[in-house]
Amino acid sequence: MITPIIKVSRLSKVYRTDDLENVVLSDVTLTINKGDFVAIMGPSGSGKSTLMQILGCLDLPTSGTYLLDGQDVAGLSDDQLADIRNRKIGFVFQAYNLLPRTSALDNVMVPMDYAGLPESLQLEKAKKLLDLVGLSDRMHHPPNKLSGGQQQRVAIARALSMEPSIILADEPTGNIASAQAEEIMSIFRQLNRQGHTIVMITHEADIAKSARRVIHLRDGKIEHEHK
Amino acid sequence: MNINKLIKTGLKNLNVNKMRTSLAILGIVIGIGSVIALISLGQAGKSAVQSQIQSIGSNLLTISPGFTSSGGVRTAAGGATTLTLEDAEAVRDASSVAGIKNVSPEYSSRAQVISGRNNTNTQVVGVEPVYSVVRKLSLSSGSFITSGHLTALSRVAVLGPTVVEDLFGEGVNPVGSAIRISGKIFQVIGVAKSKGGSGFQNQDDRIYIPLTTAQKQLFGVRHLTSIALEASSEDVMTRAQNQVGYLLLDRHHLDSPSSADFRIQSQSDILETASAVSGTFTSMLTGVAAISLLVGGIGIMNIMLMSVTERTREIGLRKALGAKKKVIIAQFLTESVILTFVGGVLGIIFGIAGFFIYSRVAGSVFVISPGSVLLAFAVSAAIGVLFGWYPARKAAALQPIEALRYE
Repeated sequence: MITPIIKVSRLSKVYRTDDLENVVLSDVTLTINKGDFVAIMGPSGSGKSTLMQILGCLDLPTSGTYLLDGQDVAGLSDDQLADIRNRKIGFVFQAYNLLPRTSALDNVMVPMDYAGLPESLQLEKAKKLLDLVGLSDRMHHPPNKLSGGQQQRVAIARALSMEPSIILADEPTGNIASAQAEEIMSIFRQLNRQGHTIVMITHEADIAKSARRVIHLRDGKIEHEHK
Repeated sequence: MNINKLIKTGLKNLNVNKMRTSLAILGIVIGIGSVIALISLGQAGKSAVQSQIQSIGSNLLTISPGFTSSGGVRTAAGGATTLTLEDAEAVRDASSVAGIKNVSPEYSSRAQVISGRNNTNTQVVGVEPVYSVVRKLSLSSGSFITSGHLTALSRVAVLGPTVVEDLFGEGVNPVGSAIRISGKIFQVIGVAKSKGGSGFQNQDDRIYIPLTTAQKQLFGVRHLTSIALEASSEDVMTRAQNQVGYLLLDRHHLDSPSSADFRIQSQSDILETASAVSGTFTSMLTGVAAISLLVGGIGIMNIMLMSVTERTREIGLRKALGAKKKVIIAQFLTESVILTFVGGVLGIIFGIAGFFIYSRVAGSVFVISPGSVLLAFAVSAAIGVLFGWYPARKAAALQPIEALRYE
């Protein structure tokens, strides 16, 4: 049976500045099922980042509904949204966004810490995840002692730490040299084969090839989708 | 997020900007340090005054001249010259006054005293033999003034230890030497034991001579500057004070206590006045110290606000990863409380050290009240919460999306 993880219908996002209305997303309807690997492509200004932020519960739509794992996110408080981000969404950012001066291990433990997991469990899981992304020998290194690709792998381990419903990756290879980018993409493909649902923003067709579905956005609308 | 982790993270963040952190802590160190030092100073001053007054005797009543009014013009307090030897004798002999054991009439004035090439300006007190009993004065060498000296108007003097030091140097026994008081030659017959105490009236910096000699030969006056009364016990003091008061009013032909040209004070009155003075002084200084503490607190708020701005992206990331408002608030409050707490501990150490050095230099007592230390701890932690609250709230209110975009 196919379960929808993300169900977005007639979603719009409008920014109002004084008398200017800037429609960033209009009438986006989208369903992402469990086990999908979706790439969202589009030129800059197409609204793909805004869509990603709404899907990540970092921002709320102006109109339309968004069901994440069957739950409507409209009308939730800041703290409730924080809880949803913590438990259901794993973020991978273009700029890695690791905490500085903090070891890889401690970085991976941050979301589990916010969830209130016991420290021994946090440690055990973090070690396992860093092993999974091939960084078991660099667990105690702070970000500035790691290469870009290694930092992104720490970020992936962090995104996986709460066993989220969905992994949201925003240009995950944007800052990384191509040889290491391929490593990152192979990790994503492997995770998808293991059943993880992944939504990824990219503007590189090469990178999008890893995905099973590619959605093209233009001017805030879904232009077309292909497999 | 447990408290250990909060503190660990807080220390790590504060370690990034060591200079800034140290300066912010310094503000609190100075504030807490001066509060501790000044409170201790005030308490030491108070206990010094108390022990000094206790050494004079607690059964003591002192009559001193007040002011007189003539034709509506008042003289300064203490300026009256109506207190006389006859008053003292009347108090001693009156049947209406009970419970007074000894009466010591005194005239004191400052005078220049010379011995050889040394000279000093000191308090010269004309006394009767009973003075040593009433004022609990004992001698380290020689003898005190006798009634024979009084009737003969002898030019003899008993010196306080400070005067001996000033005129003869340390470790010299001056008994038998001659000194000049206002140009007149006196023979030193004794040296008083130190009564200790420094400060507002050094009881060791005095010369005692026969009252008659002081009044008739040295200063040419008929009045007294004080009469000390020794009560038989503390219980009768209030009653004796009233009885003496009415006796003197009658003798001075005054009809109401409000027009009295004298004051009668017990030691407890003087104690109260002295405590009130030192108390006012202490609270004034403590107020100044509290202001420096406030400035320190504002310094803490300032660097916490800077820290919030600098760490906007980090806060955004933490919120994206699921940090709730209270977690962010707790993190920033922990940092500000660490700052003020460390500042508080160092301030207590420096304050106590500063007061210790002062007490050594000034020769005053060194007492630290645990209450003031506890208070300083509490105040420094409270300042951390108070001045860290606004920056922490500001951090927690950041929207993750805005914060992540922040460059």
